[in-house]
Amino acid sequence: MSIYLNKDSKIIVQGMTGGMGSKHTTLMLEAGSNIVGGVNARKAGTTVELGGQELPVYGSVKEAMTETGADVSVVFVPPAFTKDACIEAIDAGIGLLVVITEGVPVQDTAEVWSYLQGKSTRMIGPNCPGIITPEESLAGITPHTIAGKGPIGLVSKSGTLTYQMMYELKDFGFSTAIGIGGDPIVGTTHIDALAAFEADPDTHAIVMIGEIGGDAEERAAAYIKDNVTKPVVGYVAGFTAPEGKTMGHAGAIVSGSSGTAAAKKEALEAVGVKVGKTPSETAELMREILKNL
Amino acid sequence: MEYQAKELFAKHGVATTLGVVAETAEAAKAAAEELGGVTVIKAQVKAGGRGKAGGVKIAKTADEAFEHASNILGMEIKGLTVKRVLVTPATPPEEEYYFSFLLDRADRQYLCIASVEGGVEIEEVAKTNPDAVKKIAIDPGAGVDAAKAREIATEAKFPEAVFEQAVTMIEKLYTVFVEEDATLVEVNPLARLAGDKLEALDGKVSLDDNASEVRHPDHEQFEIKDETDPLEAKAKAKGLNYVKLDGQVGIIGNGAGLVMSTLDVVAYAGEAHGGVKPANFLDIGGGANAQVMADGLDVIIHDEQVKAVFVNVFGGITACDEVANGIKGALEILGDEATKPLVVRLDGNNVEEGRRILDELNHPLVTQVPTMDGAADKAAELAHASA
Repeated sequence: MSIYLNKDSKIIVQGMTGGMGSKHTTLMLEAGSNIVGGVNARKAGTTVELGGQELPVYGSVKEAMTETGADVSVVFVPPAFTKDACIEAIDAGIGLLVVITEGVPVQDTAEVWSYLQGKSTRMIGPNCPGIITPEESLAGITPHTIAGKGPIGLVSKSGTLTYQMMYELKDFGFSTAIGIGGDPIVGTTHIDALAAFEADPDTHAIVMIGEIGGDAEERAAAYIKDNVTKPVVGYVAGFTAPEGKTMGHAGAIVSGSSGTAAAKKEALEAVGVKVGKTPSETAELMREILKNL
Repeated sequence: MEYQAKELFAKHGVATTLGVVAETAEAAKAAAEELGGVTVIKAQVKAGGRGKAGGVKIAKTADEAFEHASNILGMEIKGLTVKRVLVTPATPPEEEYYFSFLLDRADRQYLCIASVEGGVEIEEVAKTNPDAVKKIAIDPGAGVDAAKAREIATEAKFPEAVFEQAVTMIEKLYTVFVEEDATLVEVNPLARLAGDKLEALDGKVSLDDNASEVRHPDHEQFEIKDETDPLEAKAKAKGLNYVKLDGQVGIIGNGAGLVMSTLDVVAYAGEAHGGVKPANFLDIGGGANAQVMADGLDVIIHDEQVKAVFVNVFGGITACDEVANGIKGALEILGDEATKPLVVRLDGNNVEEGRRILDELNHPLVTQVPTMDGAADKAAELAHASA
């Protein structure tokens, strides 16, 4: 099994005809994703050949869903238009909305989050690599050749650091690897993923990757204490980050004394989560756990 | 800085006094003469605690303004050198309040924090008298209209005499928050002056960089050249995601999380090599573009502290052979300018091919190490050896 995404997921791509959109649609097809079409209001009614397939382009998410039964949308729309693209998808009732775009104004994301309340859509991101259930489906930009299916659930704020971790543990494989993104406000949190992994019969151990900024990891630690029975191993990046400087990700900032890597590591260790000092050490901790499962 | 925050306040009709910015004591004196009467000379830096540090002084005469400005200009406050002062008329507050709108990332909404027991020591009030600090959640979708502003003013318990002004002030501060895409709009103190006039006596605004990039070209004016590190300015001009730190091992990587991790791993490795530290954060994104790699290396090599550079790349979609060719191309572009040893760690897609390309290149400055930990150690060793 998996969380949120599987081989039956029907995916549309908002911004499919753009540079990023077309490149990654091709890669998603290579990963075995069931891409059923794309959305671009100005190219409605046309088709586009990507990855050896003729894909229809629809004028709206609603139309795409009506015609194809799509339940997942991946957004490759520039930051100025991302909020509108999200609202459109939410209004159409899409089940899973994966927002890859980096650089979205945080107030736009805050408004989308507010708009989401009480609706049936789950948003992942923005500013994230998306989600992959190896050997079944990819909704995002995670390279599908890194690792296959296995017992580990992975949730991470980072992109390439996630790939690095997947690479270190490729001998074991993953049920689902989800990048929640590096922005200050994101649609799916560590806690959401932990809850889903806990409920997934095919996930037997969890790796959680965090970084400086905010208190998501601390909240996750509190959640793990009361709700997660499967073994969790963690890694936190940014011990060397200075106060007040954004380190790449919009949300990766230590403000005063809050959001430090040390505080996150402490919170996780306090609830029994082993935290590796380096990515390799973290992978080793997971290996030990899997050997003893 | 304060004067910039006040410019944004004035733009949106928030009651405030702009004052005059002066970069020399002579200019401060001239401003004080122009304004007449008692003035306040205030250090302009992006740090709190300016008053405590002696960076805020009352000047009864223009000569005193000159004297205070001379002392304050060049002063260091929290590691920042004061390069300009703000000269404003002295308007002693009868009461001081605290007010802010901010992004509440933890609960994914906005927050309003207000206290009529405010003034300068809000952190103290929060500890000793938490009931005096009101926190009101704001739904980003609903925002703050006249009714909500009134609700906030009531909950904050603004006194009768300034209540209506407070309601207006709250609405206008929210306008600043939304129209300028701020993550923080703070007024401390929000002052009740003589004659029951409500005014923002100080201001702090933090702007969302993403939003400035997308829809606020005028925000560029707030970036003051002499307040920016020259290497960071150079990197920014080249579109590089670079933060200068204090260390000897230059870092280049692909992906913010991976780069942050690399910084940490190098710091640990450095403990065994004379305590050398990472010199910078630099995320080059995709990783294969030779010009981008060259630009990144160029910035880092011009950091005099840097003794060795660690290029840490995980080939995901951008395969390792493409990255290797990017490094090769970068070294060609730099030619003689490439003066520091490079330790390169490549792993991921097509790693064999990538490593082969660099092996064949056989560049005298380049050492390849296959693991992140091993490469960090090597880079630290080389940096320490050259120190």
